[in-house]
Amino acid sequence: MISLLTRLAGVFSQLSVLSFGGGNAILPELQRQVVGVNSWATPDQFHTLFGLSQAAPGPNLMIVTLVGWHVAGLLGALVATLAMIGPSALLAVVATRLWHGLRERPWQQRVQAALTPVSAGLVAAGALFAVRTSAATTTGTVIVVAATALALTRRFHPLALLGTGAACGLLVTVI
Amino acid sequence: MAAELAKAAAGATSRRDGRDPTVVELFRGFLWLGLTGFGGVLPLARRMIVEQRRWLTATEFADLLAVCQFLPGGNILNLAAALGARFRGARGSVAALAGLLALPAVIVIALGVCYQAWEGNTEVRGAVLGLAAVATGLLAATSAKIIRALPRRWAPLTVAAVCCAAVAVLHCPLLVVLPIMVAVSLLLNRKASR
Repeated sequence: MISLLTRLAGVFSQLSVLSFGGGNAILPELQRQVVGVNSWATPDQFHTLFGLSQAAPGPNLMIVTLVGWHVAGLLGALVATLAMIGPSALLAVVATRLWHGLRERPWQQRVQAALTPVSAGLVAAGALFAVRTSAATTTGTVIVVAATALALTRRFHPLALLGTGAACGLLVTVI
Repeated sequence: MAAELAKAAAGATSRRDGRDPTVVELFRGFLWLGLTGFGGVLPLARRMIVEQRRWLTATEFADLLAVCQFLPGGNILNLAAALGARFRGARGSVAALAGLLALPAVIVIALGVCYQAWEGNTEVRGAVLGLAAVATGLLAATSAKIIRALPRRWAPLTVAAVCCAAVAVLHCPLLVVLPIMVAVSLLLNRKASR
């Protein structure tokens, strides 16, 4: 148990300092660690955890808490969350003390301009993984396409879409 | 009269109350944000911090956010940590983060527990498949919006495509992809600006 918690802390603290671009940008690396490197979940299980985490409010890092819980229960959830938040939060506290007027510095704009396409690529990779898993069934494919189109063209509340998707998925099993 | 009104309106965002939030106020403020924030807590955070509670002026908020967006970690989590520390040190930081995460963590674990309990049920599995498919669609839409917002030049578009392929097709670790691609991106931008 201790070694499992240590491993969780190691994986998530590394992920914490690499999480440029926030929660969506780390999804592919999270999947690689959880499904590939550590075999803590199957691709389908990971996809389910992703779906459930999106149904919760709050920052889009809640999948980390859920993965921790899946791997080692409540203690795992606590360790994974603290490891994911701790290092980057500490960095933010120190950096906001030291850097004033960061917005006006030309080097900051250069680095930001370099980071943006990198995190765009990472988010796209995460979306590709998720699409690949969801599109394994016909129902999944239809819902993914409909949800993408609706999210791009209309302004529905995410919960309304998620609820409708769950209802459709349930109906298909009944029919 | 109109000038006075305009002045008062400007004062609402350009000046603070003058009183710093306590540890409890930080916890409560972010507790509310954690619960109501759905798919993007940031606009709500700005409204609470600048307009409603007036903990920061609009400029102070923008400066703080610029640093938080620049660093690794979720923007809103970085912001909570930095804001808490600014007013109440380490305790403030912990209070703001705990507030932000407490309810979402309880809810997400409750969802996990419920799913685990009814995993054998075909209907529940169907519902969760539908849920995950919508979550996938939302992520795909977010990704499309981010890509659409990139500058229409070959350098950033190539960097994004290579980065995506390295991770999705070649399964490269982030620890390798991130430094290399940021360096390449910096070099390409520098060349383009010459």
